Amino acid sequence: MNTDISLARPEVLRDPVQGTSFGVVEKPLSAFERLYNLGFLRKTLILLALALLWEVYGRWLDNSLLFPTFGDTVRALARNVADGTLPQRAWTSLQVLLAGYVAGILLAALLTVVAISSRAGTDFLETLTSMFNPLPAIALLPLALLWFGLGNASVVFVLVHSVLWAVALNTHSGFLSVSNTLRMVGRNYGLRGLRYVWLILIPAAFPSILTGLKIGWAFAWRTLIAAELVFGVSAGSGGVGWFIYENKNQLEIANVFAGLLTVILIGLFVENVVFSSIERRTVRRWGMQH
Amino acid sequence: MTAMQRARPVVEVDGVTLQYKTARHVVTATYRVDFQVLQGDRFVLLGPSGCGKSTLLKAVGGYLTPTEGEIRVQGRKVDQPGPDRMMVFQEFDQLLPWRTVKQNVMFPLVASGKLSMRDAEEKALHCIAKVNLAQFADSLPHMLSGGMKQRVAIARGMAMEPDVLLMDEPFAALDALTRRKMQDELLQLWDDTHFTVLFVTHSIAEAIKIGTRILLLSPHPGQVKAELDSLPREAASAELEQLERRIHGLLFSEQATERENAHEH
Repeated sequence: MNTDISLARPEVLRDPVQGTSFGVVEKPLSAFERLYNLGFLRKTLILLALALLWEVYGRWLDNSLLFPTFGDTVRALARNVADGTLPQRAWTSLQVLLAGYVAGILLAALLTVVAISSRAGTDFLETLTSMFNPLPAIALLPLALLWFGLGNASVVFVLVHSVLWAVALNTHSGFLSVSNTLRMVGRNYGLRGLRYVWLILIPAAFPSILTGLKIGWAFAWRTLIAAELVFGVSAGSGGVGWFIYENKNQLEIANVFAGLLTVILIGLFVENVVFSSIERRTVRRWGMQH
Repeated sequence: MTAMQRARPVVEVDGVTLQYKTARHVVTATYRVDFQVLQGDRFVLLGPSGCGKSTLLKAVGGYLTPTEGEIRVQGRKVDQPGPDRMMVFQEFDQLLPWRTVKQNVMFPLVASGKLSMRDAEEKALHCIAKVNLAQFADSLPHMLSGGMKQRVAIARGMAMEPDVLLMDEPFAALDALTRRKMQDELLQLWDDTHFTVLFVTHSIAEAIKIGTRILLLSPHPGQVKAELDSLPREAASAELEQLERRIHGLLFSEQATERENAHEH
């Protein structure tokens, strides 16, 4: 077909141009691009937009009993923070929350170590998780009240229940997805038992473990507020949930919103400051997550 | 003196049959394989895929127990993995991603209780410099290229001064140019310390280049086909080609090549 087309070409040999004679090799980003790269700035903008929307809708509705404006809510929040009510309520909630959260994590750690050390342990964890994970923790509150009485012990019990399964499930699936090569490397070093878990499995499964901790934290918060709404007073000082419930009964709706805002603010702080700095220092730095 | 040292076998594999279970079958990977690796050997296990060479290496590593026969390292029976047999794997994810290059090399030294923190650091830096990565000592593995990761893995293995360094196709996942460079570097490292290495590959050229002694395995299940001496590095290319053709013939189509040769003469 193409016998009459010559494919012969001369050889090409060139010397690369010296690096100094290039125009641009690296160029700094523009100010806008650099600002846009800051995650907290983007998120702050979103929050501002939401607050604005809230304010506009509140004013348009003009019914402080149904939907107070953002300004009213912030004023109520400031008032309650200034007189020390909200910080004290939040502190009460956080104490119970941390007790339940830490106990849940410790139990989850124990359960997953049992689960990875034998097949029966795995079956045990899988069965328990599939039984209890779908069960809303708050549904256990009436029983807990019966068993542990009206007090923090009951709330801690339901918190443990809400944290335990999420953390255990994620940690266990993280352990299972550790690459076979890394496992062999760990055993090659002669690591066994708990040292192997601590030095190899936990860091290698850290992205999943962190996800589990985040989900567990959110579940615990929800459960705590719900529990406090159902029954909140123990020894005269309730938490944020009880604060919301009280103010609803007194039709102080701005205060109700201030209570909700407190829950949201604590949630944002934990997610964006605590968890994200852990993330930056671990899984991002190690290149396990981008 | 050196002759006496060479005569001591470091790894002894005696009539080893290896089997592993899949969901439905018991598969025999190797059948009654024997060989001995001597002190300072660069011993290569060579064969096509399915000849059980990697399985055999993992058994020496202590990850598998032979159903028949015995593996001994320095006279001790192998029954579990241990830092006296450091492995270099083919996969790039063999470095711990949460530790820097230096920490990766130090970790087994400290974890096995061989050296104190400070001595381990010194040793690690020395070995990292040997594989030409001194300026990357504080980098994390995800910042390195594949070839650099394999160099770190080799440095990590060498730092432990194991009885035998087990290498499971360490260069197979590299591009051809990097692979050739890494082979040269490995030989240079060996010139320095004369460590004993057991090397698995499916490339005949690599086996001849890396090895001092080559064990040929036939597939399904793996059995010893031959055990040959390789050629010295300065051997003429005609000799290399001849050995390559001979090994190829032994591994794949012995009768066919012999007939061809008969026709030629």
